[in-house]
Amino acid sequence: MDKYEVVIGLEVHLELRTETKIFCPCPTTFGDEPNTHVCPVCLGLPGVLPVLNKRALEFAVLTGLALNCDINSYSKFDRKNYFYPDLPKAYQISQYDFPVAKQGHLSMQTNGETRVIGINRVHLEEDAGKLIHSEDGLYSLVDYNRTGVPLVEIVSEPDIRSAEEARVFLEALKRILLYTRVSDCKMEEGSLRCDANISIRLKGETELGTKTELKNMNSFKAVQKGLEFEVERQIERLERGERIIQETLRWDEGSAETISMRSKEEAHDYRYFPEPDLVPMEIGTQIVEEVKKRLPELPQEKKERFVIQYGLPEYDAEVLTSTREMADFFEDCVKGFPEPKIVSNWVMGEMSRHMNAAGLDFCNNKVLPEHLVEMLEMLQQGRISGKMAKDIFAEMFSSGKKAEQVVAEKGLEQISDQGVLEGIVEEVIKNNPGPVADYRAKKKKALGYLVGQAMKATRGSANPQMVNAILRDKLK
Amino acid sequence: MNLYQLKIHEAHELIRDRKVSSEELLLSVLARVEDVEGIVQGFVTVTGDYALKKARETDQKIDRGQKVGPLTGIPFALKDNMCSKDILTTCSSKILKNFVPPYNAEVFDRLEEQGAVLVGKTNMDEFAMGSSTENSGYFSTRNPWDPARVPGGSSGGSAAVVAADEVPFALGSDTGGSIRQPASYCGVVGMKPTYGRVSRYGLIAFASSLDQIGPLTRDVRDCALVMNAICGQDPKDSTSAPVEVPDYSSFIGKPVKGIRMGIAEEYFSLGINDEVRKIVEKAIARLDSLGMGKVELSLPHTSYALPAYYLVSPAEASSNLARYDGIRYGFRYEDSESLLETYKKTRSVGFGTEVKRRIMLGTYALSSGYYDAYYLKAQKVRTLIKSDFDQAFEKCDVIVTPTAPTVSFRTGEKVRDPLQMYLNDVFTIPVSMSGLPAISIPCGFIKGLPVGLQIIGKPFDEGTILQVAAAFEESMPFEDMKPGFGSYAKGGA
Repeated sequence: MDKYEVVIGLEVHLELRTETKIFCPCPTTFGDEPNTHVCPVCLGLPGVLPVLNKRALEFAVLTGLALNCDINSYSKFDRKNYFYPDLPKAYQISQYDFPVAKQGHLSMQTNGETRVIGINRVHLEEDAGKLIHSEDGLYSLVDYNRTGVPLVEIVSEPDIRSAEEARVFLEALKRILLYTRVSDCKMEEGSLRCDANISIRLKGETELGTKTELKNMNSFKAVQKGLEFEVERQIERLERGERIIQETLRWDEGSAETISMRSKEEAHDYRYFPEPDLVPMEIGTQIVEEVKKRLPELPQEKKERFVIQYGLPEYDAEVLTSTREMADFFEDCVKGFPEPKIVSNWVMGEMSRHMNAAGLDFCNNKVLPEHLVEMLEMLQQGRISGKMAKDIFAEMFSSGKKAEQVVAEKGLEQISDQGVLEGIVEEVIKNNPGPVADYRAKKKKALGYLVGQAMKATRGSANPQMVNAILRDKLK
Repeated sequence: MNLYQLKIHEAHELIRDRKVSSEELLLSVLARVEDVEGIVQGFVTVTGDYALKKARETDQKIDRGQKVGPLTGIPFALKDNMCSKDILTTCSSKILKNFVPPYNAEVFDRLEEQGAVLVGKTNMDEFAMGSSTENSGYFSTRNPWDPARVPGGSSGGSAAVVAADEVPFALGSDTGGSIRQPASYCGVVGMKPTYGRVSRYGLIAFASSLDQIGPLTRDVRDCALVMNAICGQDPKDSTSAPVEVPDYSSFIGKPVKGIRMGIAEEYFSLGINDEVRKIVEKAIARLDSLGMGKVELSLPHTSYALPAYYLVSPAEASSNLARYDGIRYGFRYEDSESLLETYKKTRSVGFGTEVKRRIMLGTYALSSGYYDAYYLKAQKVRTLIKSDFDQAFEKCDVIVTPTAPTVSFRTGEKVRDPLQMYLNDVFTIPVSMSGLPAISIPCGFIKGLPVGLQIIGKPFDEGTILQVAAAFEESMPFEDMKPGFGSYAKGGA
């Protein structure tokens, strides 16, 4: 419907990868036995007090800087009050009016166009526990391991104009956040979660329409699908002359529809007030400068640099900078083997193909940059052929062995020694009088057969170009 | 003299000189508890076996030559809102009737490190909300001077057991006067230190921005000894202040000549009983005669402190007490059909009337649309009250006032009228709202009932308060005044 404009704002919750929880020394490890990473503080027992994990604050500042935010020099915590069994204090320590960071933006590419999405705020808070419902629905269990894991909440401005754009925003955001290493951003483990606010208005209208809040989207695809559904639903209602009801909806993956959770009237009054157990934070320029030093080169800058510095096509630069680990791997290789395009082809090609097949990534696969460099050097020197290189790489990838070792073990090294090859060729000529005669009778095909015989005699390790040349020479 | 009647510093000398063992002292104390607890009802839990074990350990350490500190082997009591590992901690609330904490409050750890011996947990107004200890979810504590009267509150149990010679000292907590007012009603010394002076870790929160732990003792010297043990920054409490702690004992016995005493007119109006005023005026004259200069001054926002307090403290309490939902610990109403019903019934049955009243007050004050008018406004008033004191302390070093407008009242007299009850704290609340330190010491008697004198100091200047308090105590001792348990006294009517 061309007359409507879609208005979407996203709220992204991100678990920070600190070693310990935000207000106590319990570990943040994911996936352990329920209720093993708990203490009186994160269980909210009577009388306990929170103590801020400085690392969590630094990570929040780093997140803010990566999203081009202003860091608030005065920031404080507030209590968000509501009852739920996964929230042992019945309030969440969060931030209300003085978040760690505010007023930033994120640039992203969509349909060949650069879009800048505003970031309203980045604030720090504690995660809640996890409810595990019994299958018969008779009881629920609570796992408090996650309680108190530090979170940042990133709130975008309502600048997103389509469901697809929302997905692209999330992808770009995830890419940046992975670069900063503040979080592992795994939506399937819940370390990245996303809620969306969505409304529709007529194009040219400046007032926002009535919004709905969409929850329970467990993948970037689900975010897009859920929003597409909601856009359609809202437009249909408007077309029928009905009003949009302000409510919170849940995306149901199974039935692929949004289901109402609660109306505006049923919405919580969180009764925010300043957390009296924590003192306000002074985030001085010194801390900000310290954290700034840890801010890595971000994907967009890195991509632009790759194009200029290495003369790579845009496409290569885009793929290579999709993760910080891939970009680092590429650059480490180029340091040892200064042929960027060849390295790029291998990293984007064979390397990625094997990793995808094995479900590995640049952090945990066995091929190190120096290994690839060594193999590329052997290829360049003609010690191995292009085809052999692929086989050798496969072995390097699966066993972690170096190219030299693979070649030695399998006798794979290419024979490029003129004298050795001449001996082999002479032998072939002697043993194949028929094809030799055919070749001399201008049957060119016979040459291929003779090259093949030389390759066979060397179990494929003869340098085929050289064999070819020697044969031609000897059969003149 | 019986061992149980000894003050800390007296008992310390005997233990240090090996004239009395920690166990002997404890047995005397436990016998005294046995003897009078039926009248006083100051303890929720008496930890006799635990105390005996600790006292024997302490004696063994002394035998091995370990240094005897000022509190080594000294029995004491904790208000039942301070967590004690493996020992019932109820806040005198039914909702925590079976709560056994897996950890210790920082103050308890510090006292045990000194070798002090826990004798029991004292009764209080439920969750420290009240001024008479009648709001206990279990039973009322009686005032040893007249068991028909209240001991004050909320640390009424702690004040009463010290006054009745059941323990040499106890810790209380003070949010709006909960140490000072019962100290006044029971004729003991009670100090609320500066907010941030003592760690709140393990103190079950009522109003976090006001709560502060402090000692109740039989004299000022003892108060200084306990302060030495419990004060100082704690990394587990972000609001505890990184301010150095002096040796408070060094202030005892120092002359007070030249210390300027501020007298604020507002503290001699506001519903004060005439006789109380006269006694306090006499005490001020006594301090004046010791060479302290008298400065008349005004704290103009004093009358706004009480209403502002009844917005700020319930607001924080409504949030602090939300965790008692019956899910993880404490009382749970079992016969419920749904989660919401479990919450509602657990809290309806588990909390007492006053606690529920304050939770509702606080919830309302924080509600969307009312926050600015109530909570925020109250916080602004708080700033004004504090700046009153800041200005006053430019002209004086301590401010001397009555602790409470009256002496102890009869049990049951004010339970039906919460506003009357709240007025008990009219002189202590402004101090709490400003985070300042203050002490209450006995300064006279009206018909056998003690009257308390409040001495307020500058932030973290507990030393000067103790100096003035000790000088007053020395000039006007009430050594011969001992609570008589009224008609309950042995051989009495």
